[in-house]
Amino acid sequence: MTSIAPTPSLLAESVKDAAVAAFLAAVLGFFFFALRTDIGPGGLDLTYRWGLWITATAIVFVVRLALNLLVFKTRNPVTRHMKITASESTLSGIGKVLGPVLLFIAAFLPFLVMWLFPNRDRQFIDLAILIMTYIMLGWGLNIVVGLAGLLDLGYVAFYAVGAYSFALMAQYFEIGFWMALPLAGLLAATWGVILGFPVLRLRGDYLAIVTLAFGEIIRVVLLNWYEFTGGPDGISGIPKPTFFGLELSRNGGFADFFGIEYDSIHRFIFLYYIILVLALITNFVTLRLRKLPIGRAWEALREDEIACRSLGINTTNTKLTAFAIGAMFGGFAGSFFATRQGFISPESFTFLESAIILAIVVLGGLGSQIGVVIASVVMIGGIEVLRNLGFLKEIFGPDFEPTQYRMLIFGLAMVLIMVWKPRGIISSRNPSAVYKERKKIGSDMVAQGEGH
Amino acid sequence: METAMKSAHMHNWDENVVLSVEHLTMRFGGLVAVNDLSFNVGRGDITALIGPNGAGKTTVFNCVTGFYKPTEGRIVMRHGKGLQSEKIEALTRTGKQFDAEGDDRVFLLERMPDFEISKRARVARTFQNIRLFGGMTALENLLVAQHNPLMIASSMTIGGILGLPGFRKARSEAIDFAAYWLEKTGLIDRADDPAADLPYGAQRRLEIARAMCTRPQLLCLDEPAAGLNPRESTELNEILQYIRKDHGTSILLIEHDMGVVMEISDHVVVLDYGEKISDGNAEQVRNDPKVISAYLGVDEDEVAEVEEALDMPVTHAPPTPPANDEGGK
Repeated sequence: MTSIAPTPSLLAESVKDAAVAAFLAAVLGFFFFALRTDIGPGGLDLTYRWGLWITATAIVFVVRLALNLLVFKTRNPVTRHMKITASESTLSGIGKVLGPVLLFIAAFLPFLVMWLFPNRDRQFIDLAILIMTYIMLGWGLNIVVGLAGLLDLGYVAFYAVGAYSFALMAQYFEIGFWMALPLAGLLAATWGVILGFPVLRLRGDYLAIVTLAFGEIIRVVLLNWYEFTGGPDGISGIPKPTFFGLELSRNGGFADFFGIEYDSIHRFIFLYYIILVLALITNFVTLRLRKLPIGRAWEALREDEIACRSLGINTTNTKLTAFAIGAMFGGFAGSFFATRQGFISPESFTFLESAIILAIVVLGGLGSQIGVVIASVVMIGGIEVLRNLGFLKEIFGPDFEPTQYRMLIFGLAMVLIMVWKPRGIISSRNPSAVYKERKKIGSDMVAQGEGH
Repeated sequence: METAMKSAHMHNWDENVVLSVEHLTMRFGGLVAVNDLSFNVGRGDITALIGPNGAGKTTVFNCVTGFYKPTEGRIVMRHGKGLQSEKIEALTRTGKQFDAEGDDRVFLLERMPDFEISKRARVARTFQNIRLFGGMTALENLLVAQHNPLMIASSMTIGGILGLPGFRKARSEAIDFAAYWLEKTGLIDRADDPAADLPYGAQRRLEIARAMCTRPQLLCLDEPAAGLNPRESTELNEILQYIRKDHGTSILLIEHDMGVVMEISDHVVVLDYGEKISDGNAEQVRNDPKVISAYLGVDEDEVAEVEEALDMPVTHAPPTPPANDEGGK
């Protein structure tokens, strides 16, 4: 990095600009920083905090001046030499190794956690289960949004259908988890087709709005159909999954059968491996589908629907299969959620869930499988990490409550990722068929589909 | 008028018809884009549909390929030889879209949805403003065009997920077929490049290759030479001749470049204001006073004075801006 001595005019200009900014900050901040009102005897007590006000103004002046001198006004901004955007080739190089490494870690994660954090293993395995659930949901939604390019803001509806299918089947017919799992997937897929029909003719924003409404309709129905779903009371006592008929309970279950000492952690490990296998099936099927004509048709649909029709592709059926298969995986994840929690209520299926799943897909990079993994770990794991920022108290004093800043930090992180990598963490596309040489396709070529 | 145009012997497009457009009318609200248009496309012919801007050529294309539903009229696609008039009349009365399986089926295109026209009636098309799958490689573009046979080979995806050998074979055959067309259009070296990365002329050729991968009996090209330089135009002519000769595919094209039209067309249909003003071989159309007046915007009386002008490529008619063919939007 070479720094050129600022010319006098540059310095003067920068100081002037910084002074203006500081003045604005002083005016705007006067009532917030300088004056403080407290309820006192017989009215409000006014206290003056000149120190705080001056400090805030000074910080604005100094930072603005520094930015002016180093970035905004100079001909050689410092940021030019910083490689903010990691090049696609290095990322893909990492990507090649990353997949197997992550898979390896995921396969042994519970034991790794038990070895490294013997005291908090339950908590961490539970977190891993949560992250893995979102990875699966992200992979499921990736089929609809990433491959077929249909923006679905109501994906949580299928998650809810899957969860409630299992819970209700268990309640009314006493069907176990393994029997209910395929049925829940099938039911969710059916709902995917039912949702698909009205939205087929819609494009862009309209598609997004209708899917959003569908997600809310499902939740509201679950909330109000009291006799059937229990409404806001939810459904409790959902059975736990069994290991080939063996319950993971204290007496006469898994531990007795294998002659090991009972430990409640077994159930967590078992749940972890169930969701891991379910997620890997989702990934495997998606990767397979991408190389099949149907997957290629989804991507073609994302690129240009009219051209698809001119090539004899039934776009109606193609969209419906995308909705149905995406919904099916959502349903699988939903019934897993129900069995893990043991209790479900419509509270768990709000729009925020849809938004988080969609954010995972978008942050990870539309259509990228490994991107979804990274985004899930960052987003879900990140939120949890931010819950435990005790050390910040030592910096900002005992009054500082880090959990209150959780969403702020999180939002900031998302903005930063979107500024640096606007098309998601892994944005390049891998061709589904190769003639001679596999070349990555840059994100600027790839269309985003409807509603983005 | 029409009878006067024809020479004594019957033309190929009267006897051996692959597509016939009969009394086609297309209205958009009060606007009559195409008015009572009838013409035939001969099997194995290269037929050009020409006319000034806004004459309704692309509308005719969109009706033929099912992107518009015609207001009135009938569009018949024949896979078998001959006129098959009785069969078509019988089919028209039944209300069905096409007749039973066989090698000489007939299709009533105005009744069929767009994707069925490509899938069953084997009519493929390209677009005035190129519509490639930009983020997919050239090879992938051609594989998407083979969607329907590949879907059957993958037993509607299930066999494909399980990785059955039948699908693998079909897949490698599809890649070979795609490679064949990439070779023919001179794009084999760019097979693994995204379509959006290709130069303009190559994109035009890739779109034709993609249409050919649907194994069409009739290929409809909407201004294939628009924006091409003379060398690329010549290459395009060679490709079209090759498609016609070696694959027996009939070609219907819209074109503004008179050089291309006059050189390769067996049959030229001229439209103006949605109506047919001339129909015949290139020589007949070239000398038709109505055509000259439509193109040069002069009265028919003055045509004689400017007759020779049409030997030159028409320069006053630039390629129309991309519009109008947003089919189903």
